[in-house]
Amino acid sequence: MRPVSRCLSPLVALALLVGTARAQEEAAAGNTATVDAMVDGIVGPVTKPFVDFIFAAIPGTDLPWIVLWLITAAAIFTVYFGFVQFRMVPHAIQLVRGHYTSPEAAGEVTHFQALATAVSGTVGLGNIAGVAVAVSIGGPGATFWMILSGLLGMASKFTECTLGVKYRTEYDDGRVSGGPMHYLKKGMAEIGHTTLGKVLAVCFAVCCVLASWGGGNMFQANQAHAQLVVITGGEASFLADRGWITGLVMAVVVFLVIVGGIKSIARVTEKLVPFMGILYLGAALIVILANIDQLGTAFAEIFEGAFTGLGVAGGLVGALIQGLRRATFSNEAGIGSAAIAHSAVQTKHPVTEGFVSMLEPFIDTVIICTATALVITISGVLQQDPATGLYVWDEAAGQIATANNLSGVELTSAAFGSRITWFPYVLGVAVVLFAFSTMISWSYYGVKAWCFLFGDTYVSELIYKVLFCLFVVLGAAVSLGAVLDFSDASLFAMGIFNIVGLYFLMPIVKREMTSYMAKLRAGQIPKYAGTSTAAGKA
Amino acid sequence: MASETFVVAYDGTDRTVVDYAARRAEASGAALCLVHVLQWSPYSFLTPQELDERRMRRRQELERAKTALVDPIVAELQASGLTVEGEIRFGSPTTVILEVARDRGACQIFVGRTGKSGIENKIFGSVTLGLAQAATIPTVIVP
Repeated sequence: MRPVSRCLSPLVALALLVGTARAQEEAAAGNTATVDAMVDGIVGPVTKPFVDFIFAAIPGTDLPWIVLWLITAAAIFTVYFGFVQFRMVPHAIQLVRGHYTSPEAAGEVTHFQALATAVSGTVGLGNIAGVAVAVSIGGPGATFWMILSGLLGMASKFTECTLGVKYRTEYDDGRVSGGPMHYLKKGMAEIGHTTLGKVLAVCFAVCCVLASWGGGNMFQANQAHAQLVVITGGEASFLADRGWITGLVMAVVVFLVIVGGIKSIARVTEKLVPFMGILYLGAALIVILANIDQLGTAFAEIFEGAFTGLGVAGGLVGALIQGLRRATFSNEAGIGSAAIAHSAVQTKHPVTEGFVSMLEPFIDTVIICTATALVITISGVLQQDPATGLYVWDEAAGQIATANNLSGVELTSAAFGSRITWFPYVLGVAVVLFAFSTMISWSYYGVKAWCFLFGDTYVSELIYKVLFCLFVVLGAAVSLGAVLDFSDASLFAMGIFNIVGLYFLMPIVKREMTSYMAKLRAGQIPKYAGTSTAAGKA
Repeated sequence: MASETFVVAYDGTDRTVVDYAARRAEASGAALCLVHVLQWSPYSFLTPQELDERRMRRRQELERAKTALVDPIVAELQASGLTVEGEIRFGSPTTVILEVARDRGACQIFVGRTGKSGIENKIFGSVTLGLAQAATIPTVIVP
């Protein structure tokens, strides 16, 4: 704890100073919110054409083609690998527990560590704010589609993470680098599609850089700021309409970590995030258990709403689109990002990390997102017509009517707050930590993609990192609409190129899987007692 | 060939325990095995960058422990005529020391009374106490 308080306290003091000074100055000038409005005015129009393309609906329907693209891929992988996400979970858990890790490998990256890092990169505001968006626009029925997408997405993760390990690059000094850029380039070359592989890799890297600024950064900063405003007094807060203050503070801390190399901050975050995750789930469980009598109704609404919409505009399709879109945004299955984090694991069989990676969408979507959705549904923050049981649609806001027109993280906060009054404060801390760890992870994914494009030099890295910090400020300052759309679009765009590659490379994954399963059945995969006592020989 | 083996838990700073064990070994004609453990948990949390650099760091940590901590002492003791081997491993110190003792069929363990601050030991327990509790062979705690 010591290093962090030492690093943070001057920053907090600085932030408070800047905040107070600026507030006074603005109160005097009477020009509050001009900075935010200006930023919003610039970002919105610039990103719009890109966003419109990614979310273009399939002609004759309301369904964005990109959502169909991702979910179809997940379904194909599910069938192609024989429902691997249901068959291999027990084995994945054994792998994580170290039952198959040789004691000789002590000191190397374990399955547990690769999974933990990948999970803390994905568990973020998508699980808290994104779910609130899905449920408030698509109704509780969106949860059903979210769970379905999480379960299918496990097969996409399996495919990309197996490839991530198989085609990683190992440098002479022992460093490892992996991810879609590597498997698209090397894997495709191996099957004779060198040029296509290179094109896909470059396109993927471009989208990855954009996503690292968008979903992995701006969205996180934006929602962290929103929650900070809630807990510091809502509209009366000195932070209200001053997103740039939150943004600036977060940007400075991120700068210290990624440019200044102050690892202690990142390390402490990495350690706190799992506890925050458990705390968050615990609170959700308490809310659910305290209202256990409503659980049946909530599930009924989730299932009924999945197919009827329960008065939500767009009905079934509205619920489906929101559910699938937010689930994918949260668990990143098929997007390719996880393959970067998973590829450093120490294993003789790449497919083992594929199995382990399947736990990620499960934890992220099937458990955490569902918990959020249940809390929102149970809490009653979404207004229902008592006579018909249908949700009241707020035309102006484009979502189900809520008290005070809440959306995103504020809605989740209100849902928790209606049952545990002090929880919004804890949520505030959790949200900032989640946002921060997701930013650190994505800055790393982004820098990998950036260096793939522009070369692995100090200057090129520095340019990327400085830009990254600027986007933190931007993200906190602009309104949710513009940020959310751009974040989603950039993230989903990664999925376009990644999945094309996955289709080409899936027979390779299948071969790996078949040969591993045969060895496993024949008892040729050595099993050890467990790694808690493991010690590798020097 | 020495008939007996003494395992010495060496944290890299505590020479007292090494010297004491060396004197006992000399007197009884036993071989020494100097164990240095690099603290490592397979369940620790790392950033993506640390994951990618882990193998490089592991190599560096091993190299540093070998050249700066273990090898010089092993060479010095060997020069004085003792049979000495050094061993560097990753893991939880108590567990690893017990494993080395078991694998080598050692008859005694020598461990220093740790120099770390009291509070850390109170919370997490010390290697010394851990060995005193869990060892199945006589364990000498050298003050």
